[in-house]
Amino acid sequence: MSDHSALPDHSRITSACHRPSCRELFLGFLGLGMSAFGGALPLAHRMIVERRRWADEAEFTELLGLCQFLPGGNICNLSIAIGMRARGTRGALSAILGLLAMPSIVVVLLSTLYRHFQNDPHIQHIFFGLAAAAAGLLIRMAIKLALPLRHDPMRIALGLLCFVMIAALRIPLLWTMIVLTPVSIGICLQWDRFLSRRQKQ
Amino acid sequence: MTGTLLSLLLIFTQLSILAFGGGNTILPEMQRQVVQVEHWMSAQEFSSLFALSQVAPGPNMMIVPLIGWHVTGLYGLLVSSVGMFLPSSVITGFMLRTWDRYKDRPWRKIVQNGMLPITAGLVASSALLITRVSAGNLLLAGIAAASAILALTTRLHPLWLLGGGALIGLLTQGGV
Repeated sequence: MSDHSALPDHSRITSACHRPSCRELFLGFLGLGMSAFGGALPLAHRMIVERRRWADEAEFTELLGLCQFLPGGNICNLSIAIGMRARGTRGALSAILGLLAMPSIVVVLLSTLYRHFQNDPHIQHIFFGLAAAAAGLLIRMAIKLALPLRHDPMRIALGLLCFVMIAALRIPLLWTMIVLTPVSIGICLQWDRFLSRRQKQ
Repeated sequence: MTGTLLSLLLIFTQLSILAFGGGNTILPEMQRQVVQVEHWMSAQEFSSLFALSQVAPGPNMMIVPLIGWHVTGLYGLLVSSVGMFLPSSVITGFMLRTWDRYKDRPWRKIVQNGMLPITAGLVASSALLITRVSAGNLLLAGIAAASAILALTTRLHPLWLLGGGALIGLLTQGGV
């Protein structure tokens, strides 16, 4: 793995911004990984734009747009993008390893503790309550994503179709995506055109 | 064990490439593969691992290394992490160079817009599959509902909701 930082592609961090070293990338994302509970995005913005000035507002927004468009977790992709722009492949590796190091250790410690004590009825009760609350957070996420679609019957139908294919029929995600992605994109596009034409008339 | 590691790698590589809309969209497929296809754990255990991963800091995909750890220990953790994080990272790295050319194209908006119903359907599936297992009685269903409502209507930090759920579980003995 060579350092591509000399390539013009990666030299877009403006002079007002600080170009972090691999070590700084690792430590910065290590701190982010340790402190980000339940949604790392606001913290990531504070660290990258406000505190360490690794990117300005415009570049952060642009990189986040890329990360949300591509597959993978937003924060993971963001660490790759920030690291890559600053120090090439090595920078990207430093950033994502920093991000994942502590959370990985913490989940393993938690699961070891849980396994050790899982036959203790108190621990079981605590854990049942915890798991139910965690499920609730997922329900919230589903509601937040579904709410903006509620005024459009076509989008509701597409969402429901996906829900039935995955949750009820348990069709593999690969096939669901191969079929449903082009269908949904095509239908949404045509449907929106149809609606705006009808509105004009 | 090599066979198990290879399966872990293949499963998470595929999930990495399909994870449009973040970690919560791929939970149903992860559960299908890990529970129904490979029989590495029960649906109950899968939901437990999900709950544990929610307590940990960091990206909301920490269930992935945890599954690897649960299945074959340290090597499993490493292999599942590589499978999950490497492919999407490589794609991001490559797209970074050409993103300037694409970011303002109209089709980007069209694609993202058309993906929204799918993302919503996938996360709703995740919520159903996890809740069905984790809210097995009336009390636990109440905790799940309360946590969802409080998270929607207040700015309470998720850790308070998880802690509150745990405390209610302890005080009421899990509603059993």
